[in-house]
Amino acid sequence: MTVYAAPGTEGAVVTFRPRYDHWIGGEYVPPANGQYFENPSPVNGRTFTEVARGDADDIDRALDAAHGAAPAWGRTSVTERAIILNKIADRMEEHLEELAVAETWENGKPVRETLNADMPLAIDHFRYFAGAIRAQEGSISEIDGDTIAYHFHEPLGVVGQIIPWNFPILMAVWKLAPALAAGNAVVLKPAEQTPTSILYLMELIADLLPPGVVNVVNGFGAEAGKPLASSHRIRKIAFTGETTTGRLIMQYASQNIIPVTLELGGKSPNIFFSDVAAAKDEFYDKALEGFTMFALNQGEVCTCPSRALIQADIYESFLADAVVRTEAVKQGNPLDTDTMIGAQASNDQLEKILSYFDIGKAEGAKVLTGGYRAEMEGDLAGGYYVTPTIFEGKNSMRIFQEEIFGPVVAVTEFGDFDDAIKVANDTLYGLGAGVWTRSGADAYRAGRAIEAGRVWTNCYHAYPAAAAFGGYKGSGVGRENHKMMLDHYQQTKNLLVSYAQGAQGFF
Amino acid sequence: MSDDVRSPQVADARPARVAVTDAAAELLVRLRDKHGELMFHQSGGCCDGSSPMCYPDGDFITGDADVHLGDLTIGSDGAAFTVPVWMSRNQFEYWKHTHLTIDVVPGRGAGFSVEAPEGVRFLIRSRLFTDDEAELLRD
Repeated sequence: MTVYAAPGTEGAVVTFRPRYDHWIGGEYVPPANGQYFENPSPVNGRTFTEVARGDADDIDRALDAAHGAAPAWGRTSVTERAIILNKIADRMEEHLEELAVAETWENGKPVRETLNADMPLAIDHFRYFAGAIRAQEGSISEIDGDTIAYHFHEPLGVVGQIIPWNFPILMAVWKLAPALAAGNAVVLKPAEQTPTSILYLMELIADLLPPGVVNVVNGFGAEAGKPLASSHRIRKIAFTGETTTGRLIMQYASQNIIPVTLELGGKSPNIFFSDVAAAKDEFYDKALEGFTMFALNQGEVCTCPSRALIQADIYESFLADAVVRTEAVKQGNPLDTDTMIGAQASNDQLEKILSYFDIGKAEGAKVLTGGYRAEMEGDLAGGYYVTPTIFEGKNSMRIFQEEIFGPVVAVTEFGDFDDAIKVANDTLYGLGAGVWTRSGADAYRAGRAIEAGRVWTNCYHAYPAAAAFGGYKGSGVGRENHKMMLDHYQQTKNLLVSYAQGAQGFF
Repeated sequence: MSDDVRSPQVADARPARVAVTDAAAELLVRLRDKHGELMFHQSGGCCDGSSPMCYPDGDFITGDADVHLGDLTIGSDGAAFTVPVWMSRNQFEYWKHTHLTIDVVPGRGAGFSVEAPEGVRFLIRSRLFTDDEAELLRD
């Protein structure tokens, strides 16, 4: 067991600056309007730094820097870009512990997750796209003996990226790595809840990237996000967040006729067929862990398995075991490596989760465990903690239909295979799903029948690079985490070349 | 909360679907001074999904894919103004049995909602419609 010292205290591996400006053109640049906002840590609710409050002027300066850098960056060879991405990965690996503690302090998530998931995944993501861009090839089509269509990949130019607060560094890297590999320059706006850790990363890798290739402007969505998303100076906008903002970003994009990629969340079903309980063996234990994955990252994951569907004949016994497993989740200091669940990312997030406890109970759902705010003592008092919660109810209830984004699972039973699929697909979203069974045939049939972009089969919450991630239905547009993402950040240039000497014959 | 909730006045006998707390109403007065006429669109999905997003009226384009839940009447007499509240039609199918009250809490929502820079966040509080209300709301 290790308990990391809080950033800025004696023995801490991380010390934040008292104030963070924007990162524009490879250096810190104060906000044009001179304004800053406070950044509290969810761990204790106390402000640990202040951050530039950007607006349209700062976005313009960042776009100037990006446009200045984009032409030369877009002409670098894929070898050069791959080397830089690999160097970024190496630098992050050298500073993994610092980055993990910084991320935990920023977001409230347990440090065992940032040490073992967020940072290793982010590092690997740069390496994956370093490899992918080296291996990418254009194509040729031989139209006829004298006519050839050549297809080249070209960068889009300058792109905008708006990052969510649930994995501040990892979600930024999911968008940055393919954009940079493809040769684009980026203006990135972090979430206002988590504006700092990405700047910590930018400082660490400042000497590796040409100035202006990545620019970070912080601020509120209405003041900094909107001018970025609606700018006519970007060639693409990528966003992870919720549906109303997703629609608004599409509306802005339509005015500029630029593409969007959107990842807008889900209400992921986690299906347990009865043969899961055929033996109380290692696999059964794995399935119970799979159920409990709703508490990972405090439930603040777009693919949180927030609906558990359990087959009727094992419903009572499996659920009883699942409650025991859930109650064993250790909540506490996010900087303690033994802690399994930390703090929700913000006070309003906490309030929203509590409001769902109210509506869940009002609709007649039964609380099997949890259902309240966890009041912590000592250094953690004032932090935003929620006890892992299991509701039992019906799929028509709002707690089964809305992404609570907390450690809350809504459980119901199903009769047969068709019933399971019907309930699983009775949702506006289609991002993730889980299927648990010992039958390969059932697993395959269920996985294909579920309308979701990612169906974890006998596993959950794994996010390796090379496994495409993205949504069906209301969950968004596009895919991340896969080399196909390069296409989302590239133009296709076609040269249609005639090697024939004669006239075409029209005139 | 129930004491300080204002439900919009409605011309017919149908119960209102949306209401606003005093605290949220006071905030709307201040936001209107800054941003002009306002609107809400109820969000869904991840991160700040399930939160009501407040925009300058018309900034978010509504259409056939949306349901107009009602208009909040804020202030009184000559100073009164209304704030329309919208939701996606497909989301409404899952929400229509509940009455919504727009409240405000300290916090920092993401998205482009105009109240975030004030250090507060609009929040939906919900209750089930009573059987009588549900009967009146039936088309």
